[in-house]
Amino acid sequence: MNNYYDLNTELLAIELKLLFEGIYLKYGYDFRNYSKAHVRRRVLNFIGMKDLQTISDLQNKVLRDPEFFREFLDELSINVTEMFRDPDFYLSFRENIVPKLKTYTFFKIWHAGCATGEEVYSLAILLHEEGLLDRCQIYATDFNRKVLKIAKEAVYQKSDMQQYENNYQRSGGKRKLTDYYSSMYGSVMFDKMLSNRIVFSDHNLVTDSVFAEVNLILCRNVLIYFEKQLQDKVLNLFHESLTPSGVLCLGTKESLRFTSIEDKFDIIDQRQKIFKKKII
Amino acid sequence: MYRAVVIGTSYGGLEALNTILPELKKDFPIPVIIVLHVGEHSNDFFINHLNDICELGVKEAEANEPILPGFVYFAPPGYHLQVEDNFSFSLSAEKKLNFSRPSIDILFETAAWAYKDQLIGIVLTGANSDGANGLKTIKEFGGMTIVQNPCHATSPIMPRFALKAVKPEIRLNIEDIAAQLYKLVL
Repeated sequence: MNNYYDLNTELLAIELKLLFEGIYLKYGYDFRNYSKAHVRRRVLNFIGMKDLQTISDLQNKVLRDPEFFREFLDELSINVTEMFRDPDFYLSFRENIVPKLKTYTFFKIWHAGCATGEEVYSLAILLHEEGLLDRCQIYATDFNRKVLKIAKEAVYQKSDMQQYENNYQRSGGKRKLTDYYSSMYGSVMFDKMLSNRIVFSDHNLVTDSVFAEVNLILCRNVLIYFEKQLQDKVLNLFHESLTPSGVLCLGTKESLRFTSIEDKFDIIDQRQKIFKKKII
Repeated sequence: MYRAVVIGTSYGGLEALNTILPELKKDFPIPVIIVLHVGEHSNDFFINHLNDICELGVKEAEANEPILPGFVYFAPPGYHLQVEDNFSFSLSAEKKLNFSRPSIDILFETAAWAYKDQLIGIVLTGANSDGANGLKTIKEFGGMTIVQNPCHATSPIMPRFALKAVKPEIRLNIEDIAAQLYKLVL
């Protein structure tokens, strides 16, 4: 714990609030309604790393130095991801969603909060194997331009591939993951064929509005960092963006329970958090 | 007056909890929040088991869920569990801390910020150092700290790290912990 704030939780709360107001006014990024327990830890961690004493010191630097702000932005954005994360989700997707997608001649997918892209390529592989990739347009968005750049390059560490191969097999994969990438030194690069249908772009769920009308939205492990009101706002944005009977996929520990749009969706898979927009 | 109990444990933890939790009866007035390291596997099996043998409701903590007396909450595997200042849960999928996700330190630290000196923190058997820093934070906020006697723990490592980081108010054998909790809260 940071010594300066020993027991002074009130002061810390005030300075946190000022910091995020300042960032919003200066840069337009809105962290004001992020989960407090989460951002407080990230901020205290960051000032410790940077040898700063107070959040006010951090605010001073962040407001005057855009480079420094970018660095802070990286600390706040959680980019932990993996290919075929939660293999059971992809299994359920193949079983419950793919048959429906096969009835469409063309469909659009929005992957919101795609981070470094591992899960977008996982989806592209799945769609390819089901013969659906050529029939769709995937929009993959994130507010962090640095991770989008990595996502576009589709170059990942070779050392992670064994785990991803295991995930892929458990997710109902029909081939071998190695079929989809080529190795170079300690890295692998995924096949360009997979990214033909993906458009990566900068979109902020908190401050931007409807992105496009889509048939399917994936937003997994993003909403958990938001306070309830902000979750509600973003879920309403998703509801607006979906076509009638459009499908919403959340993270396995995210839920429509305790939210305002619970009754606007039907459940397709409660465990894997797959929902369908009601037609009314 | 205490308002919550947080418990952290890993190796041997299920056995230890099997001893403590059934001793907490329906009248136990404050919620119990637990991080048990179980890898990325599902919690369902032991949660169902504990729910069967306990009077308190045993469940996995959900995002946005208000934290209520009468319940024992477990962190979901693969996620950090945090206590928000409005006494509800939030989850995080950020990277592991002390090779652990859920991390005991993150639960303890966020719970200490929320409950301040009205928190009881307990470190039980385990084979790594997770929980020591979190227990220190609880102590700094004036909360009550309890560590399982390492000599009698299935794995003494976690209690030892905790004892090194903080001089706890109380050091106990596992079978005496439930009675001690009743002394503190009633």
